[in-house]
Amino acid sequence: MKSSTKSASSKGVAPWKGKEGAGLHGTLVYLRQHWQLYVIFLLPAFALTIIFRYIPMGGILIAFEDYNAIKGFLGSPFVGFKHFQRFLSSPDFLSYLVNTLKLSIYGLLWGFPVPILLAFLLNHVESAKTKQKIQLVLYMPNFISVIVLCGIVKILLSVTGPLNLFLGTSTDFMTMPEAFRTIYIASGIWQGAGWGSIMYTAALSNASQELKEAAVIDGANIFQQIKAVEWPAIKDVVIIQFIMSAGNIMSVGFEKAYALQTDLNMRTSEIISTYVYKKGLLDGDYGFSTAVGLFNTVINVILLVTVNKIVARMNEGKGL
Amino acid sequence: MTKKKFSRYSLQDKALLLTGYILLGLFVVAIIIPMIYIVVASFMDPITLQNKGITFDFSKWTITAYQRVFSNAQIWVGFGNAVLYSVTFTVVSVFITLLAAYPMSRADFKGRSFFNVIFVITMFFGGGLIPTYLLIKSLGMIDTIWAIIIPGAFSVWNMIIARTYYQGIPTELREAADVDGANEMTFYFMILLPVCMPIIAVLSLWSFVGMWNSYFDAMIYLDSASKKPLQVVLRAILIQNKPESGMISDMQSTAARAQLAELLKYATIIVSSLPLLVMYPFFQKYFDAGIMVGSVKG
Repeated sequence: MKSSTKSASSKGVAPWKGKEGAGLHGTLVYLRQHWQLYVIFLLPAFALTIIFRYIPMGGILIAFEDYNAIKGFLGSPFVGFKHFQRFLSSPDFLSYLVNTLKLSIYGLLWGFPVPILLAFLLNHVESAKTKQKIQLVLYMPNFISVIVLCGIVKILLSVTGPLNLFLGTSTDFMTMPEAFRTIYIASGIWQGAGWGSIMYTAALSNASQELKEAAVIDGANIFQQIKAVEWPAIKDVVIIQFIMSAGNIMSVGFEKAYALQTDLNMRTSEIISTYVYKKGLLDGDYGFSTAVGLFNTVINVILLVTVNKIVARMNEGKGL
Repeated sequence: MTKKKFSRYSLQDKALLLTGYILLGLFVVAIIIPMIYIVVASFMDPITLQNKGITFDFSKWTITAYQRVFSNAQIWVGFGNAVLYSVTFTVVSVFITLLAAYPMSRADFKGRSFFNVIFVITMFFGGGLIPTYLLIKSLGMIDTIWAIIIPGAFSVWNMIIARTYYQGIPTELREAADVDGANEMTFYFMILLPVCMPIIAVLSLWSFVGMWNSYFDAMIYLDSASKKPLQVVLRAILIQNKPESGMISDMQSTAARAQLAELLKYATIIVSSLPLLVMYPFFQKYFDAGIMVGSVKG
């Protein structure tokens, strides 16, 4: 607080005004004047980030150790790439990797276009009231929890459930490895497509109304309107969304996969994140689990960077 | 009015629109049907439901399941915890995130790009499950509310959205405040925040819904039954088929217990989902505003 008098006096004369931001002195003056921005506004978020995001990154060291809770993080014996070798050479590795990739890539291919389609469809509903009512229904499943969603799925697909009653069969879908991905992806579209359409709808409603009217006056049919007015309005959003989802391919949700797993559908439903959880927290194999998780994260980052580069090249240098 | 508008379309466009409306209609129906099924089934007599499916013979309807759900202590405890955790998380998270977004929104903020890099990296790279778990454990946060509130309280994604929103507010507002001699705090709390209500509403809803519906953190960090939030209780009933013994133990036969356990699922689904489904339409008007900002700058 000593500095306050100094700052007040310099404020009176304001000799620093012109060179604010230049050199060490400028920086110090700036910090003195704007300390609130750092200490009050940014510090809580910064501290949380360092403690709960960066310190665990240091904990990745465990992946190269035979971690032992008593010897602790620094005292446990260093084993190099042992855990990675064990994971990569195990027969399960390929199956978990393929399950993870298939689940998310199929999910992306099926799921990504649906919200865009919904947004175009909504955009052509002329009555604002009807549109709003439809949106209300479309967004609703987003507010249902993963657990409830999976509970509903299990009820609908159970041996005595309505689907079997309707088909006149008694198939136990939840135990069929072949059905897992379909169930996962279809329920994901059911829950998320409406909500996912919001940002496209917003971008569409932002499309220049004049441009649209001009197109209509010029006699453009709906296809031409979509091509000339609506698609350009949402193109950037589509690209950003695509990069983000493609970059998250390896982080396909743990919560839902775990809740839809049954002992009998493991062949397709065991993905890397559920495996990390079981190995680490249920079996207590900390080093191994961390190694598998790290492997997953690294692939994810590589995918994100690659997809971003490819899209940027296709899109005249504009990526994320 | 609509008819008049519709007639301006060519035949081809009309066919296209009709197809579009049908598709949209089908999607809406596909969303509603499972929900209606669950609602109706929750009132059905379990034996009838199992053998014949839904009937509208009201003599077969019952509210037993709801009575059992409402008289179950664990559900109420879960409910109370879910409210406590979600409200606390929303307040803490939105406050921290909105605060951080302010300096990050200012072009003249020194160190902005440095902090930005620090924050954005965490969106794509992290230590993973075990290192995070060990950290929470060594901080003594296991089996406390803080384990599920604090670590995720700052959301980079929400910060970016709030930052973009701030940037859309005319800078004249701050220049005027500067002239009046308002300091950062006064400006922020008295002038800036009051015009940011739409984004505050959206971020609050997201945080609340996110916490209300999640189960993973609570599952791994909370051990005591008295601390478990609703979703963990629901998981036992819906996914693991292990309802609280008190809910069904008075039934004599195993078959009757199984049927009742099945019926309880419907009622718990309704009871647990209703609060959010009732709440969210009130926020709908803010959705476009909030998400708009997020989508423009990404």
